[in-house]
Amino acid sequence: MSDKHTTDAVIIGAGPTGLFSVFELGLHDVKCHLIDILDKPGGQCAELYPEKPIYDIPAIPSCTGSELTAALMTQIKPFNAAFHFGEMAIEMKKQGEFWQVKTDAGTVIEAKVVVIAAGGGSFTPKRPPIAGIEEYEGKSVFYAVRKRDVFRDKDIVIAGGGDSALDWVLNLEPIAKSVTLLHRRNEFRAAPDSISKMRALVDAKRVSLQIGNFEAINGSGGQISSVAVSDEHKNVKGIPCNALLAFYGLTMKLGPVADFGLGMEGELIPVNTADFETSVPGVFAIGDICTYPGKMKLILSGFHEAALMAKKVFAYVHPERRYKFQYTTSSSDLKGKLHVSK
Amino acid sequence: MKIYVTDMSGNTHELEATEDWSVMEIIREGGIPILAQCGGSCACATCHVYVDKEWKDKITPPDEEEIAMLDGAFDVTEDSRLACCITFTEELDGLRVSLAAGSV
Repeated sequence: MSDKHTTDAVIIGAGPTGLFSVFELGLHDVKCHLIDILDKPGGQCAELYPEKPIYDIPAIPSCTGSELTAALMTQIKPFNAAFHFGEMAIEMKKQGEFWQVKTDAGTVIEAKVVVIAAGGGSFTPKRPPIAGIEEYEGKSVFYAVRKRDVFRDKDIVIAGGGDSALDWVLNLEPIAKSVTLLHRRNEFRAAPDSISKMRALVDAKRVSLQIGNFEAINGSGGQISSVAVSDEHKNVKGIPCNALLAFYGLTMKLGPVADFGLGMEGELIPVNTADFETSVPGVFAIGDICTYPGKMKLILSGFHEAALMAKKVFAYVHPERRYKFQYTTSSSDLKGKLHVSK
Repeated sequence: MKIYVTDMSGNTHELEATEDWSVMEIIREGGIPILAQCGGSCACATCHVYVDKEWKDKITPPDEEEIAMLDGAFDVTEDSRLACCITFTEELDGLRVSLAAGSV
């Protein structure tokens, strides 16, 4: 079943650049839908350094990644953008007057322009560098839990030492036949409550805790039969199992954008610096994913690029209207859009 | 000053090293591909390297944050470090490191 929407601009990526685009486009009466593979806004600011301070946002001496994201969400609130979280843009094609962007969740968004603000690409789970693991993925090796019931009565190895690993240990222990938690050290970086609950299950012998390195998987035809683990003395032993959940965090991969026909330079999209349009009319690229002479991958560059992009997008979305340069300080029109006093 | 970096194919590259740069920055600016996705803020574990045993004692040991971040790397050994967390100093002239899986 597909979920279909029509809008003015579809923005791929809800990191700081994608979010600020909503503001700049909103001032130009351009309505937006955003797609992001994460389940929350902020991109790298949310996923990689939510608690780390950023010092080079103009006029903000210090803010963390999550504070910056929250402030941008407040700033763009008047424009009521629609967000499609947890979805990856997989296809972009021209359909008559409109661009049509499809996601892996079956969402179809038709828009007059496409703005690619995809940063370093889509955050996807880190895959253990083990030869032949592809054969098992989605069958008996997983990087996320889609249906909890898949793990009922299974002998599960859960690898990792963070919140995802511990959450699923706690969540699957009641329905699994056995749960083994595999981590490289006997310390965990997760919610203190989850750590104490996990320790209690280990003490009660309801969960087995194995400290060691994940070396290999054994099995055939996509069905895992054991995980090979080495201890600090390099002794390798097998842990019998029929499902493995590996939680090593996320990594950025460019993904399907590479095949959107935008004349990629490596993993980057060339643009012109007057309006940040790509080689394809109506398709724009801003932020870390775009490249041009002198490009610097800074959040502030993404903000600047968003402003110039919006001016050109206005011409596509409202061709009948004459462009007027305005300041938010003085324009009653812009103040109205921002719902602030005129 | 120099550092020597062995890539995933086993080739060793001699790179010009600059004092106070991180080893990740020396590798990246030296033109050897290294993911270093977070840009050097000890937030992603995609600049994982193995430090040659003979150099281990000369390098400031990892702090708790780096050790925790290594949880997101693979094939972690006692020689594992995040290259963004090693600051190059004169004493490290000649340092040898090897890139680990997941960093390229």
